[in-house]
Amino acid sequence: MSAIPFPAPPADSAEVIALRTEFRAFLAKQLATRGPRQRSESWYGYDRAFSRAMGQAGYLGMTWPKQYGGHERSAFERAVVVEECLAAGAPVGAHWIADRQSGPSILKYGTEAQKEQILPRIAAGECGFGIGMSEPDSGSDLAATRTKAVRDGDVYRVTGTKVWTSFAHEADYAILFCRTQGTPADRHKGTSQLIVDLKNTPGLTIKPIIDQAGQHHFNEMHFEDAVVPADMLLGEEGQGWDQVMSELAFERSGPERFLSSIELLLQLVEVLKGRDSDAAQITVGRVTARLAVLRRLSRSVAGMLQNEQDANLQAAIVKDLGALFEQGLPDIARELVDCEADPRAAGAYSAVLANIVHNAPSWSLRGGTREILRGIIARGLGTR
Amino acid sequence: MLAEMIQRLFERQLDLAVQARAREGEWLADLWTEVAEMGLPLALLSEDEGGFGLSPTETGEVLRQLGLHAVPLPVAETMGANRLLAKAGLPLAEGPAGLARADDLAVEQGRIKGVVTRVAWGADLDCLALAVGDTLYRVPRSGWSVAEAGTALNFHPRPSLLIDCEVADSAPLPRCPMAEGAALRAFQIAGALEAALDMTLDHTATRVQFGKPLQKNQVVQHELAKLAGELACATAAADLAAEALERGDVLGVAAGSLRAREAAGAGAAIAGQMHGAIGYTREHRLHLYTTSLYTWRDEFGGQVAWAKLLGKAAIDAGSAGYWPMVTQL
Repeated sequence: MSAIPFPAPPADSAEVIALRTEFRAFLAKQLATRGPRQRSESWYGYDRAFSRAMGQAGYLGMTWPKQYGGHERSAFERAVVVEECLAAGAPVGAHWIADRQSGPSILKYGTEAQKEQILPRIAAGECGFGIGMSEPDSGSDLAATRTKAVRDGDVYRVTGTKVWTSFAHEADYAILFCRTQGTPADRHKGTSQLIVDLKNTPGLTIKPIIDQAGQHHFNEMHFEDAVVPADMLLGEEGQGWDQVMSELAFERSGPERFLSSIELLLQLVEVLKGRDSDAAQITVGRVTARLAVLRRLSRSVAGMLQNEQDANLQAAIVKDLGALFEQGLPDIARELVDCEADPRAAGAYSAVLANIVHNAPSWSLRGGTREILRGIIARGLGTR
Repeated sequence: MLAEMIQRLFERQLDLAVQARAREGEWLADLWTEVAEMGLPLALLSEDEGGFGLSPTETGEVLRQLGLHAVPLPVAETMGANRLLAKAGLPLAEGPAGLARADDLAVEQGRIKGVVTRVAWGADLDCLALAVGDTLYRVPRSGWSVAEAGTALNFHPRPSLLIDCEVADSAPLPRCPMAEGAALRAFQIAGALEAALDMTLDHTATRVQFGKPLQKNQVVQHELAKLAGELACATAAADLAAEALERGDVLGVAAGSLRAREAAGAGAAIAGQMHGAIGYTREHRLHLYTTSLYTWRDEFGGQVAWAKLLGKAAIDAGSAGYWPMVTQL
């Protein structure tokens, strides 16, 4: 009665099976020289040439209409490509956000001109996006957004600061969540989304935020009376909250929510090979069982999205459990193999472990913190 | 629809007093009669075999009902034994049946002899679907005596049986009874966790402390979310195990079974904590579920044995073969 339903995902069709084989061959060729440490970057790996190759081969914008450069394939076919990329540690960063959430949002809410201008470029692997949601004073509490966009003739004048924007320094656009009316006290009322050109917006400055691994993915985007053409409003003015929630549904449901540390698991089984240790077999067996079941839950969500069912609750469960899984792997590895992890090590295992330990804390923060997700799940159970 | 009929039967029949009798080891003969009249022993068979021809979704719904009501009878075991016997072309059970594997039994000169440990309701069964090596034996009740009493953590009987009889019905083993049983238990675990979540939601909504229902506390809400997550995992794990069983993929059964076993422990702990001391008593129904979860998670092969099987395959696959193996599970 209280169970949150996860419908059984359909068995892989012949197309899906063929696609997996074909795509594994594509990745093997593309990633022939990519080492374990690089693979462990997961979707923080950034390589425009790889994204272009994905686009040319028809692996981006897979579910979108052909008229916008898409390929009209199923959500399951896209899910195969996404999970195979992550499992292989492909450098998907240059197209990741655009293909996953910005493109689908533009497809859903954008004007004809926006769709024609942007979607074919994303599908070609030539256009990257960043996310403009969090601010210094509004992280989980997105409705407290303060960044203001004031209509002035045929432009918006934007003032405010966004943080944690991955790849703002590399990407072409970001979708900015901002306030077009009222004050933060109005909460979700009066909010809107603007498509901001990151390469060419007067009044926008982008500054790096270096994370504890010493890496630069995050940025601060500072808008000071920045000028955004009014025709880059996404959807309707004042409807930003509903639109951003819909965007988050794309963000929370995928296999990136449990595969972030898969390269550590791959290197761990490689190190354990031939040791014939009971403890190793038992531990790896239990970890593999968790992974298989998470994957099934995630595929179930893909099936719901394919059928246009609301899967926000299910996606929150997958993300919460997935983050626990991927964050738990470093300690599981440390129980089986002694290793002083070294971020500059030449050896694969040590360097991969170092990168995973450094980055793991972010996985239960990005895309909705653990606490926010559990609140969503609890509400879904009828507790508030 | 079948699931609703089963639900009505057990809701009507299984009050705390009846459950208490089963905990004293009493065989609930009247309830078994109703179970048999409903056709449940053959439920998992195809229509050609005299069963219900259920879809995988319906099968899951039916099996979860057995956990949802903490049914104190070997219904799941009987369903599994009959499915196995039917696949092997052996006569079906005429009453309650058990599922077992015992590779160290002696089969010589037409006789089968040895001890099968801890069979659910072993003294009360009609027959046993028993695997020895690559052979499945249908052992009738006259073929065993109780060698040693045994009790599960939910206080249902788990006697060890001394088999000593002539081999009558045997056939090549269609699939392992331990895999069959492990998949069935995963569904029961999912059902029991659903009941535990229902009860925990109800308790935390009605129990008032410090002037407000427990559920208004964020820390309680987060525990409820975790319990819902364990339930989701157990349900998906059971489905995964069942599909793998039909494909003959023992590694998939291992994966599903292991995750369901893990969810049993984690879920029982959260439900218990959220109920406070009352949940730890026999006055409250929760104990039927927690003690069944403790029981089921260790049966039909233990967690260690299943994890070693899957873990060895995973390590042998190495970094190149690991992910392709996972996508096959």
